[in-house]
Amino acid sequence: MAEFSLPKNSKIQPGKHYPAKDAKKPRTFRIYRWSPDDGKNPRIDTYEVDLAACGPMVLDALLKIKNEIDPTLTLRRSCREGICGSCAMNIDGTNTLACTRAISECASGDVKIYPLPHMQVVKDLVPDLTHFYAQFASIKPWLRTQSPAPDRERLQSPEERKKLDGLYECILCACCSTSCPSYWWNGDKYLGPAILLQAYRWIVDSRDEATGDRLDDLEDPFKLYRCHTIMNCTRTCPKGLNPAKAIAEIKKLMVERRSP
Amino acid sequence: MADTQRPLSPHLQIYKRQVQMMTSIVHRATGIALAVGSLLVVFGLLHLAAGEDSFNQFKGIIGSPVGMVLLFGWSWALFYHLCNGIRHLIQDAGAGYAIPQFVRSSWLSVAGSIVLTVLVWAYVLTAGGAA
Repeated sequence: MAEFSLPKNSKIQPGKHYPAKDAKKPRTFRIYRWSPDDGKNPRIDTYEVDLAACGPMVLDALLKIKNEIDPTLTLRRSCREGICGSCAMNIDGTNTLACTRAISECASGDVKIYPLPHMQVVKDLVPDLTHFYAQFASIKPWLRTQSPAPDRERLQSPEERKKLDGLYECILCACCSTSCPSYWWNGDKYLGPAILLQAYRWIVDSRDEATGDRLDDLEDPFKLYRCHTIMNCTRTCPKGLNPAKAIAEIKKLMVERRSP
Repeated sequence: MADTQRPLSPHLQIYKRQVQMMTSIVHRATGIALAVGSLLVVFGLLHLAAGEDSFNQFKGIIGSPVGMVLLFGWSWALFYHLCNGIRHLIQDAGAGYAIPQFVRSSWLSVAGSIVLTVLVWAYVLTAGGAA
């Protein structure tokens, strides 16, 4: 049964306030904080940042806070150009990458930043993705073949290659999966949009020879069919991909192979 | 994984209310409401089977202001579930997955259910329906 409210140790308390001194263009950031070291509940800290001396992206503001105001603020980041997926978090109510979301795109008022929703928090904005990665491994995300390896590459026609567009770009940032209410309530067994999009990426690959096995593995009330086409995944994907559509295509393949 | 005291990050509490999520939640809620409402239909049929006096008594209950409000709610739930159900059928066929498409079709389900409810109740109240 879905648990709609937060457990006792996860309820959010008011936090500290860090005012900006002599800021030309102040903007307030309200950021989720939790540390495993002090035994306290999570809190929301409020930081005022001078945008006149800050880069345009939310990640710029977070790093400015970490560098100049509060070095204890903890987050993942690496490429700062939307290709690594490390800085995925909930900004202004939806999941996205801090590095590709402009501060000016956030709704007026305070910018609210939380870790990816309904995840175990390691510290501050860092969620535990262990289970997510285990689910990714479970779909065997590599080329599976029976036929003997050819002397050269396995060839694809341009049409066959085109089927991978909109799928291969996925960076596994987990924005979509953690935006999905079905994944919130059944994430232990439901694979979620990101992993199902990845599964579909291998199902439609013309070079892969395990299509039947892949579909067999997904034919399960929880792994695939907890998707109720809510569409939060597609709405939130920072790469503009369509996991809901990929899942729909898997469901269609399931029906097609059943009919005579 | 030494630390088991890790908090759960907030979810429903903080996620932006967007139309596609709300229509999905309401679809489920109306489904539950309709399951309860179908008991009312059975209740009415039982009273009908028990004779005229019994059925008049039933009509008195559902014709009361509270009964009318509940009936109005159930009729809207029926039309919403119908409209949104058709939308889901279309999506199951693989269409309507672009963001502008499903935002529009979500609002269409809401608008369609309101129009159908108003039409039915306009007919009931003017043409002198059963109640």
